[in-house]
Amino acid sequence: MTLAFDLILCLMIVGTAAAALLTHNALAAIVFFIVFGNLLGLAWLAMNAVNVAMAEIAIGAGITGVLLILTRQRLMALGDDLISAETPGWLRAGAVLACTGLTALVGSAVLSVAPADDLGGPIAALLPELGIENPVTGVLLAFRAYDTLLETFVLLGALVAVWSLAPGNAWPRPPASLNLAESGGGSVAQAFGRLLLPLALVMAAYLVWAGSDFPGGAFQAGTVLAGGLIIAAIGGAVAWPRADNSILRAVLVLGPGVFLIIGLAGIALGRFLFYPPGFAKAMIVAIEYSLALSIGATLALLLAGRSVAPDHRS
Amino acid sequence: MTLADYLVPALLYIGVFFYAAGSLGLLRFQDAELRLHALTKADNVGLGFVALAAALHWGSVAVAFKIAAVWLFALMAAGATAQLMARRAKTAAERGTDR
Repeated sequence: MTLAFDLILCLMIVGTAAAALLTHNALAAIVFFIVFGNLLGLAWLAMNAVNVAMAEIAIGAGITGVLLILTRQRLMALGDDLISAETPGWLRAGAVLACTGLTALVGSAVLSVAPADDLGGPIAALLPELGIENPVTGVLLAFRAYDTLLETFVLLGALVAVWSLAPGNAWPRPPASLNLAESGGGSVAQAFGRLLLPLALVMAAYLVWAGSDFPGGAFQAGTVLAGGLIIAAIGGAVAWPRADNSILRAVLVLGPGVFLIIGLAGIALGRFLFYPPGFAKAMIVAIEYSLALSIGATLALLLAGRSVAPDHRS
Repeated sequence: MTLADYLVPALLYIGVFFYAAGSLGLLRFQDAELRLHALTKADNVGLGFVALAAALHWGSVAVAFKIAAVWLFALMAAGATAQLMARRAKTAAERGTDR
């Protein structure tokens, strides 16, 4: 039974990936990509990696899918017909070769980890000292906190990169908002946004809190937050988040800032990112909440897009 | 075998039946409104039965409330997006374009 389920799931994942790559219709490709991400999330779930499954579905399929749809919408508004030139054969062959090589490399790396290579044991033994029960949160915010700290700065860097592509005379201006709620659907989209935004806030707060003991955490919560904000903005229930909003900008650096300050304070106690014994959970929860706010604001501003000069409003 | 052991698979089969009916409607119905009607109505009932089966399977009130919340979220999203898509399809048909 499980083997049949796994096989069908694998076939569907490969099939949707192939469909997304081979179709010439941009919207169809995006839709297949979103379905592919959701199926991939199911695969992670089937392997009991609930944290990864949530991140894959929320960020890989959800936020990335919306980003792609908004990009298509904006390109069409700019008059792009979204038809790409025929790719030369050598480029296709090269892409196939490179992807096969990378897959083989990653596959052999994963298979080289012996199933009995029990990292779970030592981590489970260390978790009680932190006072949290979700091993993924433990690894992300304590044992490998360095990586997570740098990741948060990478996310901020991506947003700055998007902003720096805005034309010089676009500052300070609102982002390129897209009226997706045209053709008489405004009231539906607005009502849905009004209903969803408060629920998304509660859900995000719950996901961070649950993240210390159960699957969840700052990235998933931030995505829910951004999703609620953007749906409300699309329906016109709230204004689009603007890059020149100073409160929003403060929120952007809040998470990485709190993380960095707590990390630096650790130096006074011994070393970088050292949590004082007994306060580890408090520190981790504080970092996670500020990170969730920052990630939510970053993703919402990424979705809202770069600031646009008045004559470029679409 | 307790009652739940019989009920869980039964509810799952009923759920799958509604999903199959919804998918058949999506494939066979003529226009966007009819297809949306099949998707949102039949699939949401199907999801409801699957959710019931899952809640019974775990047999905890807290979990059951969470699953109920998931179902309600799915209902809200399906209802709102179906409305938007139907209105979009209607104006597109009036304009004589397909998007």
